[in-house]
Amino acid sequence: MFSLLFRTATRFLFPLMIVFSIFVLFRGHNAPGGGFIGGLVGAAGFALYIIAFGTEQARTAMRFSRRLYMAIGLTLMLGSGLVSLLAGDAFMTTQWYSIQIPVLGKLGTPAIFDTGVYLAVIGVTMIILMSLAED
Amino acid sequence: MDIVLAITIGVLVAAGIYMIQRRSFVKLILGIAMLGHAVNLMIFTLGRVTRGVPPIIHGEHGLDVGAADPLPQALILTAIVIGFGVQAFAIILIKRVYSVFQTDNIDTLVNTDFE
Amino acid sequence: MNTLLALILIGFAVAALAVSVHKIFKAATPYILALYPLGLTVYFFSQLSAVHHHALQFQSSWVPSLGINFDFSLDGLSLLMALLVSGIGTFVVIYAGGYLHGDENLGKFYLFLLLFMSAMLGVVLADNIILLFIFWELTSISSFFLIGYKHKYEDSRDSALQALLITGAGGLALLAGLILLAQIAGTTQLSALIGQADIIQNHALYPVMLILVLAGAFTKSAQFPFHFWLPGAMAAPTPVSAYLHSATMVKAGIYLLARLHPALSGTPLWIGIVTTFGAFTMLMGGYLSWQKFDLKKILAYSTISALGTLTMLLGIGTKLAVETALTFLLAHSLYKGALFMLAGGIDHETGTRDVRILGGLRKTMPITFVATTIAILSMSGIPPLFGFVAKELVYDSTLHMDSAAWLTTAVAVLANIGMGAAGWIIIVKTFFGPEGDTPKHAHETPWTLWIGPVVLAGLSVLFGILPDIYGSGLLNDAFHVFFPDSDKHIHLALWHGFKTPLYLSIVTVLGAIGLYLVHERLLPVAERIDQISAIGPQNLYKRGIKALPVRANQVSHIIQNGKLRNYLLWTTVAGFVFFLLGLWYSDIPLTFRASFNFAPRYYEIGLSVMLMIAAIGAAASSSRMASIAFLGIVGYVIAVFYILFGAPDLAMTQFSIETLSVILLVLAIYKLPRFAGVSTKLEHRRDAIVSAIMGAMVTLMIIAATSFPLESRLSPFFSENTYILAKGHNVVNVILVDFRGMDTMGEVAVLVIAALGAYALTKLVPQKEGN
Repeated sequence: MFSLLFRTATRFLFPLMIVFSIFVLFRGHNAPGGGFIGGLVGAAGFALYIIAFGTEQARTAMRFSRRLYMAIGLTLMLGSGLVSLLAGDAFMTTQWYSIQIPVLGKLGTPAIFDTGVYLAVIGVTMIILMSLAED
Repeated sequence: MDIVLAITIGVLVAAGIYMIQRRSFVKLILGIAMLGHAVNLMIFTLGRVTRGVPPIIHGEHGLDVGAADPLPQALILTAIVIGFGVQAFAIILIKRVYSVFQTDNIDTLVNTDFE
Repeated sequence: MNTLLALILIGFAVAALAVSVHKIFKAATPYILALYPLGLTVYFFSQLSAVHHHALQFQSSWVPSLGINFDFSLDGLSLLMALLVSGIGTFVVIYAGGYLHGDENLGKFYLFLLLFMSAMLGVVLADNIILLFIFWELTSISSFFLIGYKHKYEDSRDSALQALLITGAGGLALLAGLILLAQIAGTTQLSALIGQADIIQNHALYPVMLILVLAGAFTKSAQFPFHFWLPGAMAAPTPVSAYLHSATMVKAGIYLLARLHPALSGTPLWIGIVTTFGAFTMLMGGYLSWQKFDLKKILAYSTISALGTLTMLLGIGTKLAVETALTFLLAHSLYKGALFMLAGGIDHETGTRDVRILGGLRKTMPITFVATTIAILSMSGIPPLFGFVAKELVYDSTLHMDSAAWLTTAVAVLANIGMGAAGWIIIVKTFFGPEGDTPKHAHETPWTLWIGPVVLAGLSVLFGILPDIYGSGLLNDAFHVFFPDSDKHIHLALWHGFKTPLYLSIVTVLGAIGLYLVHERLLPVAERIDQISAIGPQNLYKRGIKALPVRANQVSHIIQNGKLRNYLLWTTVAGFVFFLLGLWYSDIPLTFRASFNFAPRYYEIGLSVMLMIAAIGAAASSSRMASIAFLGIVGYVIAVFYILFGAPDLAMTQFSIETLSVILLVLAIYKLPRFAGVSTKLEHRRDAIVSAIMGAMVTLMIIAATSFPLESRLSPFFSENTYILAKGHNVVNVILVDFRGMDTMGEVAVLVIAALGAYALTKLVPQKEGN
């Protein structure tokens, strides 16, 4: 499995997959895609990394602990729901802000929510894969 | 088309049930995954299939006529991901069971306690 | 303000604090906690004039849509009961401090005792049917804990369980009955039922409802055939017996009968059942009471007899009978509460409650002796005590019955003779004769143990001499709860003149003395008669309790034998049978035409065939890798289907998941066992048939379901509002992150839990094993 060709290919593919996963995440609101799919694509990228370089390298490539991914993901999801409480609406009522951001479009709580899903899915998948790979 | 899908799903279910009836752990896991596929496809079919028009809104109002029903899709999407989580958990659980009991025969695990 | 709700909640709060209070204040605990019932008593006394001819209502809403509200009402009847609960409660709390002196679990004991007290207050004050039921069950539960207080003894535990099962089963019946009652009457408010009496009694379900309600009341108030839990409950510490099992909780059933009396009584069914069961229980309690040797058992059976008397009186239901019931209720609570506490005091000081061992205590325990004698004389109905007033009224009531008057009167006389004899046994055997060889050397109890009984016995004397204090006061107000339109004004009197009741009383007293004199010779005879109890309710209960786990085990062995395949077999067969039955009896047309919404193309059929082949391959292959590969094919082909039928989101998800799945399986596969060919050929064949049936069932189900047009109201909603409300174009994604965001969050939480579980299984278990 640890062939040079595969490793070299992974070096190119991995950043592409991560970027692609983020692209999929944000285009999800208007076209096929979204947090779940983006997260899975991202996780597939890391999985590739595990197979090519092993778990230790993959851990470094993730930068933060996998639990932190899950925790931040869940926090973002919950937080996006709590924003509406501050605005005086019921929990999880969508809030929109009239700021236009290039590429991403309008800023609103659903985007934050979906980002949370994205991070949580990556965290979950990587915990499972690494548990198996290391054991 | 529904009837073709119905028969296909029936075969998937049969295969899944057959697999989880085996005493082997690996077949059990694969069988559960197979049943997951079958059920997802079933929800999809019960939501009535249409050919080729994804539920994406063009313009400002509503979906185009003949577009696929978005509701079953939303259900299935999370079901797929959760099915993966469950499958992964089952694999790890069974791996653990195997390393403790060193048996591949599910029938020997009738007791819940260590003996 | 809802004062009554506040009072009950304060009680719960005090109960919750009891353990801490005991930790901090140790010996002073009883006096601190007694402030609660004392306060209640003062409050309820202050309301005596307020309930004159009308009820105080307190209402707060809880679940108004279901008619469940914190409605309370205070009328004469509630006030009488509330005064008993709080007044006797005060003495019991102080008494328990002396009785369980030095017990390290005293805090816990008070927790349950006060919990019971508040719950019992709830029962008698609730004006809402469901609220009453909730408090009713709370009293059962707290009674369970109190009977099982000495939980190290098997006997205690069994008795506690027995009481809980019987009152609990009755409680279930009661719930059903009360719900029926509320449905029939169209209201859950107790005070509104009285106006609905005609509707209720003429309703077709009245008999069913009545029997269910009576089952609840009879189990709680220990009526035959549910009486036997009460003697068993004597395993509880004596303060509990005095409080719950004579003065208050067992009267909850009586209270319920009384409370529902205006709405339910008067029909032949009511009179028949309630009077008969009451009279029989009265006779049986009286008959059994003089045959026991344990002081508490004697008192328990005489309590059963008294409860039977009360039930019978409410069954008769005339104005006179109700007046009698209310009088007897108070008289009994006064003397029986005192007697239990006195018996506990004797037990506490001598170490035994056996009348065959006890003796000569009149010199060593003079206060106990005097108080006991007064209470017993009241129980035996000897003037000038309050019990005499009550007993005269009982005879008067039975004599004035419409039918079976003489029979019932004879039964009452016999029951009272039995109880009277039991009273003589207690007095003579315990206090006279030579001093018994008791485990402890006897001396007078501390004041905490005698203060309660002395006050209660004193009240028996006071009300005996001046019965009209009660009669024209509280009794009158309670009476008018039953008969709101009656203008009768009650007067109680000690002396009624030389009439039949007086002669019957004389017969009773003489009979009791006679029975006492010959009772030892009668015991062998009674023992032989007692052999009937082999088919009695208590033995049935015992046999049932023993058989239950055995039978349950047998059933579990058949349906829960730990083999997944057997479960599947049963599930499949049963599911298929019901499915076919369902198809047969419904008129779902299995028309395939409607389902052909569009004809399949050749490549779609090709893909389907591929899917089926891969599925069968995965099932049949004996190689792990091949099975995984086949499963992968299934997953990818399904993804293609999703693309073909307009679900790109699903296709993308399915592709990524399938990839991850295969990686996962490949990572895991070498650590998992190979396929073992342990199944026999016959098993393979059987499993194949089961699977085929299940598959066929699913196919038929899908065909049946898709032969109807789908009518979804949700999908159009999502379709129309996705852009307008959520400013998105991808409906699927908007449903996930916006419309149903809460669900998605739950699902992600499930994933996180699965991941944490997986992590724990691989990383944390070995360390745990090392410990």
